[in-house]
Amino acid sequence: MWKWLHPYAEPQRAYQLAGKFIPWLSILATLMLLTGTIWGMVFSPTDYQQGDSYRIIFVHVPAASMSMSAYIGMAIAAFIGLVWQIKLADWMAASIAPVGAVITFIALVTGSTWGKPMWGTWWVWDARLTSELVLLFLYLGVISLYASFEDKVLAARAAGILAIVGVINIPIIKYSVDWWNSLHQGSIKMTGKTAMPPDMLVPLVINILGFGVMIAALSLVRFRAEILARNGMRPWVRELAQAEGVK
Amino acid sequence: MTAQSNPPLLSASHLTCIREERVLFDDLSFEINGGDIVQIEGPNGAGKTSLLRILAGLSRPYGGEVLFQEDPIVRCRDEFNEALLYLGHLAGVKSELTAEENLNFNLRISGYAQFDPREILARVNLTGFEDALAGHLSAGQHRRTALARLWHTDCKIWILDEPFTAIDKKGVAELEELFIAHANNGGCVILTTHQDMGIISDDRLRKIRLDYRFI
Amino acid sequence: MNRGISYTQAFFTLLQRDLKIAVRHRGDIFNPLLFFIIVVTLFPLGIGSEAKILSRVAPGIIWVAALLASMLSLERLFKADFVDGSLEQMLLSPQPLQLLVLSKVLAHWLLTGVPLIIVAPLLAVLLHMDSNAYPALIETLLLGTPVLSLLGAIGVALTVGLRKGGVLLSLLILPLYIPVLIFATGAIEFAATKQPYDGQLAIIAALLVGSLVLAPFAIGASLRVSTN
Repeated sequence: MWKWLHPYAEPQRAYQLAGKFIPWLSILATLMLLTGTIWGMVFSPTDYQQGDSYRIIFVHVPAASMSMSAYIGMAIAAFIGLVWQIKLADWMAASIAPVGAVITFIALVTGSTWGKPMWGTWWVWDARLTSELVLLFLYLGVISLYASFEDKVLAARAAGILAIVGVINIPIIKYSVDWWNSLHQGSIKMTGKTAMPPDMLVPLVINILGFGVMIAALSLVRFRAEILARNGMRPWVRELAQAEGVK
Repeated sequence: MTAQSNPPLLSASHLTCIREERVLFDDLSFEINGGDIVQIEGPNGAGKTSLLRILAGLSRPYGGEVLFQEDPIVRCRDEFNEALLYLGHLAGVKSELTAEENLNFNLRISGYAQFDPREILARVNLTGFEDALAGHLSAGQHRRTALARLWHTDCKIWILDEPFTAIDKKGVAELEELFIAHANNGGCVILTTHQDMGIISDDRLRKIRLDYRFI
Repeated sequence: MNRGISYTQAFFTLLQRDLKIAVRHRGDIFNPLLFFIIVVTLFPLGIGSEAKILSRVAPGIIWVAALLASMLSLERLFKADFVDGSLEQMLLSPQPLQLLVLSKVLAHWLLTGVPLIIVAPLLAVLLHMDSNAYPALIETLLLGTPVLSLLGAIGVALTVGLRKGGVLLSLLILPLYIPVLIFATGAIEFAATKQPYDGQLAIIAALLVGSLVLAPFAIGASLRVSTN
């Protein structure tokens, strides 16, 4: 009997569970991002080499580091979906993808904005920027594959396979881009990270974690929408819609 | 059905199929034993083909599972595939190859290299067309090339989607006799068709009905 | 109930069938090759015929053209089988799907990768490539094009059921081709300046081994999704 209930009950439980987490995560993310950003922008000391322009790292570094983590998170969800055949995990992966892509895009834009005062040009084929660009392509591939299938259950599985293939390739691509960069450019080191004063480091770490929590919260919001969209014909969704006053 | 002590050859357990946000069938369970000839009936769009594809393991159901001798087919795919012969709407016949080459490939890839393809083609009335490219054959001949596999196989479970399409009356009768012989040998046949069958009597034929649903 | 067909037999039976079909459909072999040659010819017209510049960019041009040609030809890898139902039969075969998939990819590589390798030196001459670099060009193509076929087949398997898979395919697989491109062109550049390039070759060989082992699983899983 439970086996029969299993596929029906699970999306509903996940929907409710996600609903409980979202407010807490949102509050936490807002607090952390406010603290980290205000601390970083207003109270952190000015860098003796780069002046105030370095302050973009409080957005750039969290976005860059979390863009990779989000991809890994997406691939883990996809892997769970593929191996244990859990549709919810596939949907989770599909919900993370657009959030991750936006974060990657932010990292790219802030990176090249930072490049302008640093290198005097908007774009440099720096190894890290190039890898980030490739990561954006990988995200876009997953998103457009998901969008191309009409049957979204299949779409999520296909996108999941691609995410797993991508995550195996990311280290290889990163290594090859690093190698290529050192061959052609002589590597550009942006900052000597060794001596970052705690007044810069602490807000940075707070913002990195804040970005992580924010990605989790946004993904869960998308995840809930995904569950509703996939289960539109289920009684519990209809009841929910009626309770909300939707016809 | 006679009571049997053996486990059912193939059983569906609480299958649910959802296509394009529409529920085709929900909580469908049945058992198919050796000796059964089962017809899946229903109007167009009721999910007959979807059900056959789920039974064959090509599609994954939204819920529920298919069991082969009480094991889920996803767990014993190799054994199941060895016992299964599935012919879908698409015949799997290569139009760039001749009828004989097509059959020969099928024989060899499934391990029946000892059979003579010409002999089997003769049984499906394709003598004289062995060397014609399958792309140049008529629809019925094309279908026969695909159906030729039925004459040499030792697979227990036959899942056939519209096997009689484009086949003439005599051919249908021959196929029906073949199905009965197969069932008498302990195999089972699961098929869909919109044609009436003359030879397989109603008490021999089991029917599973799917209705078009609007939710 | 094993009917006694060995994996090797199954592998070669399928390989033989695919080669036979391709020979009867010669366009599939020649079109990607012509595409490869034409793309390479366009570059001197676009960037000028100065030998110095051309020999500098030759490895990149040849390899980028090879990537594109390989991708375009791959589009047809599973399409015909998908349309006529052979793919379903392949998925339901008692033989391991990975093995059959590998056989199809090998057939494809023999038909499109090998001709590419044969004409590449000719194009290298047209682009004034340094003569020291010829062995490196052939070696990188020999090791690299099978990787392209294997990785590309994953993308093709994912998109074979879609009506408009073509443009999407490039978005899916070109990023995955980047490492091969980087190390192959790197090896050729090293060879042109008489530096040892074994390292790059070894990395491409490692990529080949890795994709030989892992790609068939991804291709198989993708095909199961696409035929669902």
